[in-house]
Amino acid sequence: MVLLTLMAIVTIGVVRLRNLFAVVILGGIYSFLMASVMIMLDAVDVAMTEASVGAGISTVLMLGTLYLTKMEETRPAHTPLLPLFVAVVTAGGLIYGTIDLPPFGDAAGIIHQHVAPHYLQNSIVETSVPNVVTSVLASYRGFDTLGETVVIFTAGIAVLLLLKGRRPASEPDSNAAKARSRRRRPKA
Amino acid sequence: MEGLTEGLFMYMVAAIAILVALGLAVFRALAGPTVFDRALAANAVGTGAIMLLAIVGFLTGRPEFLDIGILYALLNIIATLAVLKFFRYGDLGHAGEEPKD
Repeated sequence: MVLLTLMAIVTIGVVRLRNLFAVVILGGIYSFLMASVMIMLDAVDVAMTEASVGAGISTVLMLGTLYLTKMEETRPAHTPLLPLFVAVVTAGGLIYGTIDLPPFGDAAGIIHQHVAPHYLQNSIVETSVPNVVTSVLASYRGFDTLGETVVIFTAGIAVLLLLKGRRPASEPDSNAAKARSRRRRPKA
Repeated sequence: MEGLTEGLFMYMVAAIAILVALGLAVFRALAGPTVFDRALAANAVGTGAIMLLAIVGFLTGRPEFLDIGILYALLNIIATLAVLKFFRYGDLGHAGEEPKD
């Protein structure tokens, strides 16, 4: 509960602050708090992913992005009332949806009655993978995982294409980077 | 049994103290006038998360959470180094300072 309150405070800080450098650091803090909440919910693997992706890689990537943009966020040109209204309505719908959910950790919940017992009992026989989570991800839902991988691969290709377009076309790649850093050095 | 409950009580008190410390660090990150305050606060929050992870591990009887704590510490170091390097050079790809002649 305390962690969630802290996360809400950090979120408000992210929205209010105009210094993007501080916002990046606050994002890292938010990820660590989120990872702590995941640990409280006994999802250590998700917490580890959250900490490594959210606090580690995202912070570094965001700093790299800051190098390409400005440090200060400009004032928004329009009033935030309409987006606020949409967000409040969406949040209300989501909270209304959680009313029907079974209580946390309920063994009689629907999610534990459908296919989970089958996976738990037959995963060794059917897939001979000792870890049930791995067998579900890689075998029972193999096509799902393949789709996810394709999506991430496509996103990676798109990012590479975008980054490649920034380089001047006349210089070869490695020489261009070296020349740029050489040109910048007297300034720094 | 008496000693066990005392141990649990101790872990609970430690967890609450760490939560208070996390709150103070978050306040410093929000209010911090300089970048260094914020970087230090982010580092402190990471450390607090590691401590909380370890204590929850002992509270639920799974001290192998400590391994994950080591991973968190490594990530924390990388993030802090990236932040400080960016602040020093304004560029993550900078080669660092050359020795002066």
